[in-house]
Amino acid sequence: MSGRAVAHDMPVPGLVDKGETLLELRHLRMHFPVTEGVFKRREVARVKAVDDVSFTIARGETLGLVGESGCGKTTLGRCILQLERPTGGEIIYAGVHLEELSSAEFRHLRPRIQVIFQDPYSSLNPRMKIGRVIGEPMMVHGIEPNAGRRRARVAELLSVCGLSPKFAERYPHEMSGGQRQRVGIARALALNPEFIICDEAVSALDVSIQAQVINLLEDLRGEFDLTYLFIAHDLSVVRHLSNRVAVMYLGKIVELAGVDEIFSDPLHPYTRALLEAVPIPDPTVEASRPHGLLAGETPSPMNPPSGCAFHPRCPMAVSNCTRTTPELRELRPGHWVSCGEVS
Amino acid sequence: MTALLEVDQLHTVFRTSTGVVKAVDGISYTVARGETLAIVGESGCGKSVGALSLLRLIPDPPGRIVAGRVLFRGRDLLSLDEESLRRVRGREIAMVFQEPMTSLNPVLSIGMQLTETMLVHLELSRAEAERRAVALLGQVGIGEPERRFKQFPHHLSGGMRQRVMIALALSCGPKLIVAYEPTTALDVTIQAQILELMKGLTAELGVALIIITHNLGVVARYADRVHVMYAGRFVESGNAEQIYHRPRHPYTIGLLASVPRMDQPRGHRLIPIEGQPPDLARLDAGCAYRPRCGYAETRCALEVPALAEVGDGQRSACWRHTALAGVTGARP
Repeated sequence: MSGRAVAHDMPVPGLVDKGETLLELRHLRMHFPVTEGVFKRREVARVKAVDDVSFTIARGETLGLVGESGCGKTTLGRCILQLERPTGGEIIYAGVHLEELSSAEFRHLRPRIQVIFQDPYSSLNPRMKIGRVIGEPMMVHGIEPNAGRRRARVAELLSVCGLSPKFAERYPHEMSGGQRQRVGIARALALNPEFIICDEAVSALDVSIQAQVINLLEDLRGEFDLTYLFIAHDLSVVRHLSNRVAVMYLGKIVELAGVDEIFSDPLHPYTRALLEAVPIPDPTVEASRPHGLLAGETPSPMNPPSGCAFHPRCPMAVSNCTRTTPELRELRPGHWVSCGEVS
Repeated sequence: MTALLEVDQLHTVFRTSTGVVKAVDGISYTVARGETLAIVGESGCGKSVGALSLLRLIPDPPGRIVAGRVLFRGRDLLSLDEESLRRVRGREIAMVFQEPMTSLNPVLSIGMQLTETMLVHLELSRAEAERRAVALLGQVGIGEPERRFKQFPHHLSGGMRQRVMIALALSCGPKLIVAYEPTTALDVTIQAQILELMKGLTAELGVALIIITHNLGVVARYADRVHVMYAGRFVESGNAEQIYHRPRHPYTIGLLASVPRMDQPRGHRLIPIEGQPPDLARLDAGCAYRPRCGYAETRCALEVPALAEVGDGQRSACWRHTALAGVTGARP
């Protein structure tokens, strides 16, 4: 399906008073075929990993994207990075339709969009010294062809990320998890990006180290005018870092709003359940808080429930929910919800 | 009342190429019947080695339990012969691990794994064991238990597998369950289900529970008593209320200040604990937390503080604990 066929007059969830839009997703779809058969592959089903997702991110903004495993949040990030070719919809980055670019054309844009992954160990080449890990992208993209100046830049990036320039001579296995994640961040910064996708960037870190890295991400955002798509399952961290938050369930955005609004007044029953499930590190608060347990598990995205995909687990479900797929509607200014039962 | 479990000065070391690592360096605690106890700490603090040492599950070499006693219902598990210890493992003390996929046997059906355990430990006929296994699957909230009984671990989701692990842990009627990061690999909504299930079943059956985790929220919600572990030792012990509201060790205070809290106003900056946890092979004579500690003084470099009573049963291993009275873990 061509992204061009999609209607353009649909409203897209964005900021109320819009700054300059850096990234816009329109009806993004990433459906993976599920095939069967050894000699003759035939498609037996489709996994709708990302299904009709639209939102914008303004320059300088941090959009938090939360959801449980398998909800499609990582695939969404991979589509923006063009690591997956979306099966439908549009990705407009700084006015450019990414889905129309060839890989060669996208390469010119690629330095501006960077990613920080969850596991700093598996995302660093174990045989490369840190200096090369950070320096090589600069060489590949022709940002700093001079080797001496490149070394100086690596040292600078390491110290920006709170590491001694001596680390340039070390290998990943000689570092702790927190230090490796700082290297991952330094590598992302090497190409002077404007947009960084943080995919569970602090999830694997211990709490004391996690706070260091969160502060670093905050500082860098201010210092380099960065825009983040912060993908995570830890709602407390997302709340701390984001301006707006989108909640994803089985490939769709079910709620999107400003961070204070979504945490103080969640409207979608799934968002509410998620928030209640997060334990708060205070026994007194915990004793007085409702823990409305969500029954059941996330259904398989290969065979999602009819109508609203959340209905089998939803405490508010009515008979209509099994038939009609709710639209993402703007119930209050800037607060988007896809649930027919809330208003 | 005598304690169900009494761990006394447990020391476990690992002999590595860089020297002897004191992974567990003299921890002591007791667990009463039906109590939920939490041991909280970050990676590498020794909490998992401490848990595995209880049932002598430390591979030797490189590891070795070099000193201490683990008294379970009056018997020292560390000096028990293999045969008697095997009767304790799984039957009287059960473990639930973080990753249910690697703890279940992938080539045996769920039912087989459950019945096998019971046939080993309990005097039951196969038919009785199977009946009990199906009942257990129902008890841990698995729908269609008869069908699941015949399935294999890969047929189940992560949350379902963890339910099977809990059924397995409960199958022989244990007195104590040791749960090591039982929900870390699970999504939040599933995590909540599993923890409520464990808490509910242990309360109902009077089983004591040791939760070993890094998650301060989980501890706050479920534990009666808490031990905070750092570099192989307990640095603070107390009930949950004391630990969270009146912490008396700088590490506990630091941990609480470094997590963002959903119930507090946004916009403040997190206060991380600077630096890295120490290399356990290169500890000096002083307090292991000293290099990261904002309260450290000369004495801290010379002598390791013992875990000492600071009031109302709360204990802290800090020379400066009196200076910390009034410092709250929560942000002002």
